[in-house]
Amino acid sequence: MSIGHTLLGLLEAGPRHGYDLKRAFDEKFGHDRPLAYGQVYSTMSRLLKNGLVEVDGIESGGGPDRKRYAITGAGVTDVEAWLAQPEKPEPYLHSTLYTKVVLALLTGRSAAGLLDTQRAEHLRLMRILTQRKRKGDLADQLVCDHALFHLEADLRWLELTAARLDQLSREVRR
Amino acid sequence: MNTLRTWARDLALGVRFAFGGGREGWTRTTLTGTGVGLGVALLLLTTALPGALAARNERGDARSTLTAPTADGPRTDSLLVANGDTTYRGLDIGGSLVLAEGPQAPVPPGLERIPGVGELAVSPALDALMRSADGKLLRERLDGRITQVIADAGLVGPGELVFYLGSDKLAKTDPADHRVQRVTGFANTMQAPKLDPVQMLLIVLTFVALLTPVAVFIAAAVRFGGERRDRRLAALRLVGADGPMVRRIAAGEALAGSLLGLVLGAGFFVVGRRLVGTLTVEQRSVFPADLDPTLWLAALVAVAVPAAAVAVTLFALRGVVIEPLGVVRTAKPRKRRVWWRLLLPLGGLALLVPLMGRGNGSGYFNEWQVTGGVVLLLVGVTALLPLLLERFVGRLSGGPVSWQLAVRHLQVGSGAAARLVNGIAVAVAGAIALQMLFSGVEGTYTKDTGEDPARASVSILMHSGTESRANALAQEISGTRGISKTVPLTTFDAAHQIPAADRRIPVTAGTCEALHEVAVLDSCADGDAFVLTGSPSRDTGAYGTTAKPGDRLYAGNVLGYDDGTPDAEKAVTWTLPAAARTVASREDPAGQLRTGLLVTPAAAPKGVQAAQSAQIFVQLDDSVPDALDQVRTAAFKADPFATAMTLKSTRQAGPYSTIRVGLFFGAVGVLVLIGASLLVSQLEQLRERRKLLSSLVAFGTKRSTLSLSVLWQTALPVGLGLGLAAVVGIGLGAVLVRMAGRPVQVDWASVAGMTGAGAGVVVLVTLLSLPPLLRLMRPDGLRTE
Amino acid sequence: MTPAGSLLAATDLRKAYGPTAALDGAEFSIHPGEVVAVMGPSGSGKSTLLHCLAGIVTPDSGSITYAGHELSAMSDGRRSALRRSEFGFVFQFGQLVPELTCVENVALPLRLAGVKRKEAESAALHWMERLQVEDVGAKRPGEVSGGQGQRVAVARALVTRPRVIFADEPTGALDSLNGELVMQLLTEAARSANAAVVLVTHETRVAAYSDREIVVRDGKSRDMERIV
Repeated sequence: MSIGHTLLGLLEAGPRHGYDLKRAFDEKFGHDRPLAYGQVYSTMSRLLKNGLVEVDGIESGGGPDRKRYAITGAGVTDVEAWLAQPEKPEPYLHSTLYTKVVLALLTGRSAAGLLDTQRAEHLRLMRILTQRKRKGDLADQLVCDHALFHLEADLRWLELTAARLDQLSREVRR
Repeated sequence: MNTLRTWARDLALGVRFAFGGGREGWTRTTLTGTGVGLGVALLLLTTALPGALAARNERGDARSTLTAPTADGPRTDSLLVANGDTTYRGLDIGGSLVLAEGPQAPVPPGLERIPGVGELAVSPALDALMRSADGKLLRERLDGRITQVIADAGLVGPGELVFYLGSDKLAKTDPADHRVQRVTGFANTMQAPKLDPVQMLLIVLTFVALLTPVAVFIAAAVRFGGERRDRRLAALRLVGADGPMVRRIAAGEALAGSLLGLVLGAGFFVVGRRLVGTLTVEQRSVFPADLDPTLWLAALVAVAVPAAAVAVTLFALRGVVIEPLGVVRTAKPRKRRVWWRLLLPLGGLALLVPLMGRGNGSGYFNEWQVTGGVVLLLVGVTALLPLLLERFVGRLSGGPVSWQLAVRHLQVGSGAAARLVNGIAVAVAGAIALQMLFSGVEGTYTKDTGEDPARASVSILMHSGTESRANALAQEISGTRGISKTVPLTTFDAAHQIPAADRRIPVTAGTCEALHEVAVLDSCADGDAFVLTGSPSRDTGAYGTTAKPGDRLYAGNVLGYDDGTPDAEKAVTWTLPAAARTVASREDPAGQLRTGLLVTPAAAPKGVQAAQSAQIFVQLDDSVPDALDQVRTAAFKADPFATAMTLKSTRQAGPYSTIRVGLFFGAVGVLVLIGASLLVSQLEQLRERRKLLSSLVAFGTKRSTLSLSVLWQTALPVGLGLGLAAVVGIGLGAVLVRMAGRPVQVDWASVAGMTGAGAGVVVLVTLLSLPPLLRLMRPDGLRTE
Repeated sequence: MTPAGSLLAATDLRKAYGPTAALDGAEFSIHPGEVVAVMGPSGSGKSTLLHCLAGIVTPDSGSITYAGHELSAMSDGRRSALRRSEFGFVFQFGQLVPELTCVENVALPLRLAGVKRKEAESAALHWMERLQVEDVGAKRPGEVSGGQGQRVAVARALVTRPRVIFADEPTGALDSLNGELVMQLLTEAARSANAAVVLVTHETRVAAYSDREIVVRDGKSRDMERIV
């Protein structure tokens, strides 16, 4: 999961302070794993260096955390590309996919399209595995089946999420 | 005690399921109820018949004068009664001429008072007939004033045509005059003669043949919707009911259906009874009030039908294991055993065969033996058919797809089909046997009568004592419109000595013109006499002799019988004229070849009174409508005691042919009833296969193929059933005809008629199940969501 | 609109059952020998799409062409004949005639097409061998396992050498092992006979046997191929 892309996506809704970013991240994606502030700071420095964000202003009262960041044009393009790119199907993909879906909803992009793209990618891999399984020996079959069952689980999650997009979008926007 | 309570609880649960199962449950229960109800109505009608017959007899006896107390001379309480029966347009009308001789004369039942001279008391049906346009001619015959309508108490049935006519022509001057009776009351205490054994056979068989299919039908009706019920029972097993419990619940459902059937049956009976009152078949009708079910028989029906329903259900479930997840027929269905199935019809035959030929002699049948034999034979059909169907279908293969589908379906489960067809088979077998028996018995009656309607259409028989009026009467009616010729002939006996036990000589007296009708005469003048030859010689028997011209003979009461009256008629002496010629006799219009002597009025002996009979042959002018009834009216008005009979070249046994038609329709009614249940089970089976039908249609099965397979599915078992029914029916019919002592002759027309009716039912059932089949074949059946 | 070279194609299909629209502008196309999975949630209209494509149900509007012929222009009799000769069907369950033996069931479509019984049954046995169920030929459907029954149904779908096989949840009533076997044999047999397969399923592992996937959602179709 890319924290950089996630923070960029959050900024797309409007300029925020570093501390606000951490709070928004924790609220939407952090769940049981809140983001360390140091990580926000280092990530933002990297994004700043790469020209994906810029400093919008500094609050009076000093301290490095009082900087307000805004996304640049290059940053928006980067988010766009990241969302459109299907993830390589692999275990424990759901947190990344979830983040992408929420960000797509937040930034007014098509979450359904994102899910469909991912679904097609999953199926492509499943087809390849099925193909391999048909031609391979028993060991191959067992290995492929393991992968196929995991992929199937992901796909089910994708389907379920696709079916609940409306509900999710209401929750995210609240 | 505990068992009783669990039984009651489970039965009640079943009853609740039967009525509380939503629309579907209701439909099924109603169907069962209607089926059972129709059967119950028929049974109730049967139980009411003995009572109805008794009531009819009772009223018939109450107005009879057969054994009525009589008086020797006129008294204040005596009534003169004479028979005045007449026929109008083929309808028999019962009539009595009455004359009260005193104020206390007995009033016939159903009348308020004795009709005065010229007054008429008529039954409601006769009243209606006479008032209708059809009754105009009858009104001319019975032209008295209608002053009374006979009440039900004086009638046997509501449609009876009866009248009492007050008449002053009655006089009992001669005690030997039997046409007029002097009675002081009405009664008939005479025991009805024991039934002709053949008639008894007919009655027993009719009951058995019509009631056995009803029983089979009730058994089938109880099992309507069995498969759905089985599924429901499986669901009950799932929630913890044990095997015996679901059986009891199933019995409870059947019980509910049969109880509803009892209620509906009682309703059908009441409605049917009212309808019966408006029906008149073959001039026979029944008062609804007479159809009062015998209490203990009705009670028996009320107990036996539900009990049978429960028994049938439990019996049907014997080979079935209801598991929580569905119904399993016991893995290997028991092979149908042959021996006991064959035992039934063979046992029936064994009971019937010893009775063969008995109807000929004076022997009577043991009715229990007959009933037992017939029932065993017919029930044997129901036992044999499933076996036969199974074996027959098991051997079938090949043929087109529709045939294959049907055959395979029957191979898997032919029981249900056989059960329904059983009813048809029993009904048809019974009906064929009955038809055969009727036609066999009838064959002895339908024959050439020898009567020649070209020469005379009506013969009027003069009542004894009025013979001397024959010429006058012939004169009187010859003026009637529609009569072209009248031929009055009088006959009496002559003998060489008296009393003559046999050796009597019949003498026919009449005008030359009349004698031409009975002999070949070259010439004839009044005063001539003839000796007849050319008739079959009869050396033995009563009329064993003839006379030579010039013989001195006695004429009239040659037997010298004495009726106990002081002035009993004596035979008169008479000489056959010596000039009598010998002539050949010829058949008279009634087909009779006369023997003995012929005399013209001038040559006839004088003083022969009572001991003679007279007959007037009447030739009708066919161009005059209602000529026949004109003659009857003329004869009735001239002499109410004269009987006019029509002559026909062949005689039809009227009542039997009507009964046969009635039987045919009765059997068809039973067939339709069974057809209805066939349809119900067919539709149910189609609904069960909805999904399968849709998928068959999906891969391109033609609708006609499926429709045809449905036809085969019904036609195969029914065809087999009809075949078996024809064999058993003909066999039973042959045995019965032999029992009646008549030659066996297969009545193919009725066999064809009955099997045709059965086949018609199949076609009808198939046609009626086609629309739902086509609906089920619509692809909607594939939708699962 | 019809993609070039497609054997069976549909454009802008609409079909409503009462007030509910089962299909609302669905598209579809399949090439000879191609296996296309139709996926989607329950009630999305995927079965209706299959029924329309097979000529079992007539759509309210839209066009379906098979080998260049417009299906909706054909009479019911012609469409039935088409289904008999060119199409094969496999359903989830309840498709085998319970009274006929398995081999008779497989031979049934041939017999409906007028082939003699002996010939039809020997062809049926051939396909039952391919589907590895030749040993249950004499048994009735009630006496074989679900997987065997389904393979018998596949054999029946293939026996007329159809150009399109319609399979509606063919593994829906089977466990995964039997389901896999049925799918493997079905797709292999179809590929070797160059028959196209329209595979309606909600199981992705079953859909993975396809070459392409179409998702139906609320009566609208999405071709997943064009997204990637």
